[in-house]
Amino acid sequence: MNEITPTAVERAERLQGMGCKRKRVEDVRFVQGKGNYVDDLKLSGMLYGDFVRSPHAHARIRNIDASKAKALPGVIAVLTAADLKPLGLHYMPTLAGDVQAVLAEEKVLFQNQEVAFVIADDRYVAADAAELVEVEYEDLPVLVDPLKAMAPDAPLLREDIKDKTEGAHGKRKHHNHIFTWEIGDKEATDAAVAKGEVTIKELISYQRVHPCPLETCQCVASFDKIRGELTVWGTFQAPHVIRTVASLISKIPEHKIHVISPDIGGGFGNKVGAYPGYICAVVASIVTGRPVKWVEDRIENLSATAFARDYHMTTEIAATRDGRVTGLRVHVVADHGAFDACADPTKWPAGFFNIVTGSYDFPVAHVSVDGVYSNKAPGGVAYRCSFRVTEAAYCIERAMDILAQKLGIDPAELRMKNLIRREQFPYTSALGWEYDSGDYHLALRKAMDSVGYDELRAEQLERQEAFRRGETRELMGIGVAFFTEIVGAGPSRNCDILGIAMFDSAEIRIHPTGTVIARLGTKSQGQGHETTYAQILATELGLPADDITVEEGNTDTAPYGLGTYGSRSTPVSGAATAMAARKIKAKAQMIAAHLLEVHDDDLEWDIDRFRVKGNPERFKTMKELAWAAYNRVPPGMEPGLEAVNYYDPPNMTYPFGAYICVVDVDVDTGVVKVRRFYALDDCGTRINPMIIEGQIHGGLTEAFGIAMGQEIRYDETGNLTGPSFMDYFVPTAVETPKWETDWTTTPSPHHPIGAKGVGESPNVGGVPCFANAVNDAFKFLGSTHISMPHDNWRTWMAADKLGLHG
Amino acid sequence: MSKVQVPSKSQVPSKIQVPSKIQVSMQINGRAVDALVEPRLLLIHFLREQQNLTGPHIGCDTSHCGACTVDFNGKSVKSCTLFAVQANGADILTIEGMAAADGTLHALQEAFREMHGLQCGFCTPGMITRAYRLLKENPDPTEEEIRFGISGNLCRCTGYQNIIKAIRYAAATLAGKTYQEAAE
Amino acid sequence: MIPGSFAYHRPKSVSEAVALLADLGEDARPLAGGHSLIPMMKLRLAAPEHLIDLADISDLKGVRSDGADIVIGAMTTQHDLIASEIATAKLPILRETSLLIADPQVRYVGTIGGNVANGDPGNDMPAVMMCLGATYQVAGRGGDRRIPAREFYQGAYATSLQPGEIVTAVRVPVPPDGHGYAYEKLKRKVGDYATAAAAVILVMAEGRVASCSIGLTNVADTPLFAEQAARILIGSALEADTVKRAVAAAEAVTSPASDNRGPAHYRTKMAGVMLSRALKRANERASSSAA
Repeated sequence: MNEITPTAVERAERLQGMGCKRKRVEDVRFVQGKGNYVDDLKLSGMLYGDFVRSPHAHARIRNIDASKAKALPGVIAVLTAADLKPLGLHYMPTLAGDVQAVLAEEKVLFQNQEVAFVIADDRYVAADAAELVEVEYEDLPVLVDPLKAMAPDAPLLREDIKDKTEGAHGKRKHHNHIFTWEIGDKEATDAAVAKGEVTIKELISYQRVHPCPLETCQCVASFDKIRGELTVWGTFQAPHVIRTVASLISKIPEHKIHVISPDIGGGFGNKVGAYPGYICAVVASIVTGRPVKWVEDRIENLSATAFARDYHMTTEIAATRDGRVTGLRVHVVADHGAFDACADPTKWPAGFFNIVTGSYDFPVAHVSVDGVYSNKAPGGVAYRCSFRVTEAAYCIERAMDILAQKLGIDPAELRMKNLIRREQFPYTSALGWEYDSGDYHLALRKAMDSVGYDELRAEQLERQEAFRRGETRELMGIGVAFFTEIVGAGPSRNCDILGIAMFDSAEIRIHPTGTVIARLGTKSQGQGHETTYAQILATELGLPADDITVEEGNTDTAPYGLGTYGSRSTPVSGAATAMAARKIKAKAQMIAAHLLEVHDDDLEWDIDRFRVKGNPERFKTMKELAWAAYNRVPPGMEPGLEAVNYYDPPNMTYPFGAYICVVDVDVDTGVVKVRRFYALDDCGTRINPMIIEGQIHGGLTEAFGIAMGQEIRYDETGNLTGPSFMDYFVPTAVETPKWETDWTTTPSPHHPIGAKGVGESPNVGGVPCFANAVNDAFKFLGSTHISMPHDNWRTWMAADKLGLHG
Repeated sequence: MSKVQVPSKSQVPSKIQVPSKIQVSMQINGRAVDALVEPRLLLIHFLREQQNLTGPHIGCDTSHCGACTVDFNGKSVKSCTLFAVQANGADILTIEGMAAADGTLHALQEAFREMHGLQCGFCTPGMITRAYRLLKENPDPTEEEIRFGISGNLCRCTGYQNIIKAIRYAAATLAGKTYQEAAE
Repeated sequence: MIPGSFAYHRPKSVSEAVALLADLGEDARPLAGGHSLIPMMKLRLAAPEHLIDLADISDLKGVRSDGADIVIGAMTTQHDLIASEIATAKLPILRETSLLIADPQVRYVGTIGGNVANGDPGNDMPAVMMCLGATYQVAGRGGDRRIPAREFYQGAYATSLQPGEIVTAVRVPVPPDGHGYAYEKLKRKVGDYATAAAAVILVMAEGRVASCSIGLTNVADTPLFAEQAARILIGSALEADTVKRAVAAAEAVTSPASDNRGPAHYRTKMAGVMLSRALKRANERASSSAA
């Protein structure tokens, strides 16, 4: 027995529980190069797969000749659609209710679409063989402008569904139309816009970008003929969903499919859905009887996997002359590429875009979204977006700035006038969401005070005068963004993925010696779950985090979960973790009562133990109770100490933030220098401040990339201009600004630990903040809206259009 | 995969001959290595596939990302842009060789953990290996010098800020000092 | 990602290398740092059947003084050039340019020979060498010869090199002490080729331009030696109007490609902006070291 009795503070510290900057568990292997990523896997007899891809954006396939490829020594087989069709696998279902070609059958619909899959002894031979497959194409007219997709003379893209007048989300009104989705009060909104004292209308376009995690998509599929069992290791953010989908399309029973996500090198939504590479690897393994590895390269990743955005939002706000908003009307044309492979919950073909009323108290609003096909890569929802929240936030934050400019009101002041007030929470928006909690005015005030907002505006005025006098060729811009996110999908009543409700899960087991194994239905791709879930459990269970192992990603052992994306791990699985822990704690309390010979109600919890009320020297630590659970439970109670919880969240959570950015624009080159970026985030209860800060840094850097130069751009022949790191703007440490982070804490009232999730907030708030800053620099010269990305040449063109180059 | 923007006709030269393999010898993480390799075998694949050193990673195909960085004859080199045959006689250090023989982590490895300089871990081996050489070039770099010094290594998760702190922390440790967060 | 097959050769001398290149003809390519060639091979945009690795040829390395010139071996890496005291002292524009090429890893391996010889209009050293009036020493089966940088570039990836010839060294006449210099490069990010870049060497005498040479990078299918623009500045004190005329003359010789860095019109204008900024910095440096 230790003579020195630790204080309560010391006992709490030892737990390394919620709120502390616990060092990450996963780092130990990563800093030694001992991570276990998919391409690290080597199985005996393993083969390699590689794709033959179409150079054309839209063409009929006249012939595929794989004979030269097949003759190359080391080539085992070449799969085409003809081989997959008898298995019914030449198309696969998408998460959005569409189908996507696994290997192109009669035509190709986007550049780099998969046409054939070569399987060889090693990846070098596979690459050689892919070059030897000869495909004859016949060009077809190309469609890349989504605003022209529904023109009467627009080319027909999807011949496979040309007779379908009903899509997964209702009527199709044109051969390139996918769905129309509407929400809100159209009549009241039309009226508000019609009689608004001041109105603005702007086409706000969010360019197509790509999440671009550093590790590309990849898998190893291994079919065991003897057992009839399939094992797939892969870059899967949602391994259980992949397992269920694999079972449904392959007809292999689900219990004979083992899906494992090992370490994943970044996801950002790029690794949620299924790709032709996974299907082909599985088929190849079944056909050859050997494991098959598929690893895409960077150009393939950027050109064929889940892109993000491509939303064209015609936005109108009506307001009173003194700046109170009275209505919001948005019509969106959504470019989904050749197939609607959007990773949305089923009932939400436009994701949660109806968060577009943002942080403001709009009395009425209406949104309509038309999804269309084009000759581009399939997808839409990805890249730290929380299901289109990034699009919605960019839309409303730009629009509010445009409104402020028209009204002649400072953009921060306009926001202050319209932010939802603290007393209004829980707040039901005009587009149907119930925001859980927030103190918006406090947050914006804090942000403005922290950066010295009024002084910045005064400085800006001086610099504008200096510019007019010809003393400087730099323009100063101040960007403000106040975003509200909606994350934590989601309640079963309105959120499902392919019919599976979006609950999530935790299974916790305490061993006799008081250490713990926890398995979750989520899957980290860098968010530090091995560290943070243990912190939740440490606080809930009173056991040290270092004694708690967290596992994710093995579908055989992890309870069913919907995976990690949309910032849902903390809100959903974090809640499941707390709830499972509380079941264990309840059982432990009964054991304690039994051991101490008191009634359950005579006990109170004290950090790491149950103690007798009024008699604190009588206590049982959780560690002692763990041992007891295996040999001295009360009569009639099962031994053991474990629990499972499947958590169906009652609502989403609504993190929010106030971001302020200062830029200096070099008018003569278009170069935008970010002088300062301040980000205040409210994610409710903060589990690990160090990890939160890391998430903010990372998300802001992605936002910086998007706002300042990223685009996946197609020319008019459907040719991708720049799908590699030669052109796709991923900033280095030199370009990346320094980030200042701050916070307020408004717990979520419906969440067991009050936490909301934070991973995507910086991308949601960051992009409009940068965009508003650049736009703000040019406002005083009459500019109202400059589209992203704000790369050098476009910023220079904006300056040129304003006549600034003399 | 097949090339972008070019019709899928065979690009293999008419005189197809399988060139003979070449004997190479080198030191990797202090160990002598001998192997017979195809001339076109990239060093990154040699390390990962044949030497089972899966620390260095592949993150791109145009020599930009730096995830494959190794220390090669005292230089930071992108091993995806070198053939194994060019490494004949070379002295190579990868992330796997940075900890001491008894398992003690290198100051940089400790520092990255201490300062949260990694999230998904994929850029980390290349980043630490580059930082190792950077600190040998310049044992007391400023923040700007670090940013410039790691500009050949891309990271998508951290936004670099904590990587810079980690490198400064390691620089302090290696110099026998205590790291103090610099007033910005 | 995976290059095609090739046979690998590693000669020990220039004559051996030259003989191999002559024998193997156009199926063979010399391999210097490889950081232009190997990426192209990985994308299968280049598929040589033979690679002649120059790494073991000691004659191709080193930076030395030779009379009024500095001679830089073709296999000198950018890193070595940056570290070279003599190059930094006599040809400071080279160090400034090197630091703007690619990133630290590429600079450890990429060579001056590779940067000047392959005819890629995006490379930075060619315009600088034209600006400096450098000469390329070339070896071939027919013997050695010297080609002025200003006459070397014919078109994109087309130079005066005959089949089987390699650049063995770059010979640079040292500008006078106290000369002004600058390499001003606009790029989207570290590691990018120039949107436009300008190299300036300036010699001032009593506040007036005694001599001036200007090179422009990546604004045509070859590097450009902007002779007329430089001539306009001779005798001037770099007044705003004169600089404006020189800039216009420089813009007039550009014909950049429109690409993701921007439309041609923008890149031409940026060549002009880079030139005026390079002139300003070169002037500041010249004045600061003038007696």
